[in-house]
Amino acid sequence: MIQALAFYMFAAVTIAAAVLVISSRNPVHSVLFLILAFFNSAGLFVLLGAEFLAMILVVVYVGAVAVLFMFVVMMLDINFVEMRQGFLQYLPIGALVGIILLVEILVVIGGLSFAPETATGGQIPTPGDMTNTHALGAVLYTEYLYLFEAAGMVLLVAMVGAIVLTHRRRADVRKQVIADQLARRPDETIEMKKVEPGRGI
Amino acid sequence: MFEIGLSHYLTVAAALFAIGIFGIFVNRKNVIIILMSIELMLLAVNINLVAFSSFLNDLAGQVFAIFVLTVAAAEAAVGLAILVIYFRNRGSIAVEDINMMKG
Repeated sequence: MIQALAFYMFAAVTIAAAVLVISSRNPVHSVLFLILAFFNSAGLFVLLGAEFLAMILVVVYVGAVAVLFMFVVMMLDINFVEMRQGFLQYLPIGALVGIILLVEILVVIGGLSFAPETATGGQIPTPGDMTNTHALGAVLYTEYLYLFEAAGMVLLVAMVGAIVLTHRRRADVRKQVIADQLARRPDETIEMKKVEPGRGI
Repeated sequence: MFEIGLSHYLTVAAALFAIGIFGIFVNRKNVIIILMSIELMLLAVNINLVAFSSFLNDLAGQVFAIFVLTVAAAEAAVGLAILVIYFRNRGSIAVEDINMMKG
């Protein structure tokens, strides 16, 4: 009963937030609604028994991706009023595609039934005697080790790519060049002068 | 009604996915909203994976959801970086202006 109520609450808020993400006028509000949607789907994950993924969703999406979106939205100087033009123009085709897709998926879900052998446990049966995080770690670092390393490599490449793309040299800014500083010799920079007493240079 | 089964979660994910598609079609001016719609669709996929993983007692779905999350984070970072340099060059992020390659 409580579980059902929690499910309906999380599901309703997730979908409402998703609708507001794509329909709100201000992109900053869109990002905030995106964060709300992520939080509520983390609640759905908890209900499903996937606590680790729920926490990862909050940490990675809310803590990193949504904040990244927020930075970019606020950094770009965009005229938000112009952004909304053409909304009504594309509404019919968008609604058509969306509704057709939704109906198709719901028809598929309505006719869903499992072959008997799938219910007996798949590739990696969930162990009953450990927590979700423990079980995932035991699988992730053994069975899926190479894939895990590849995922790390994907993140590294993405990080390097983002830095390379956005980094630029600006001519009007004086930068510290450490190599030049280290290459300076005393005889290039220091000049010895003999100062007569009471005369100055 | 009060018994929450697999199809409930699949319905939520289907609705989220359809909203994401709808957002991509409707927002023809703002690339940031399109990127957010893609994030919503990936979230729907993750809900599907975790729901199947939970109801079929198979941990592989959750492992795969972690990888989907990783790729989604990388995609958001690179996509936003491209958006920033595009805005720096053209002063606009409207989808209609992105036509330099005549695609």
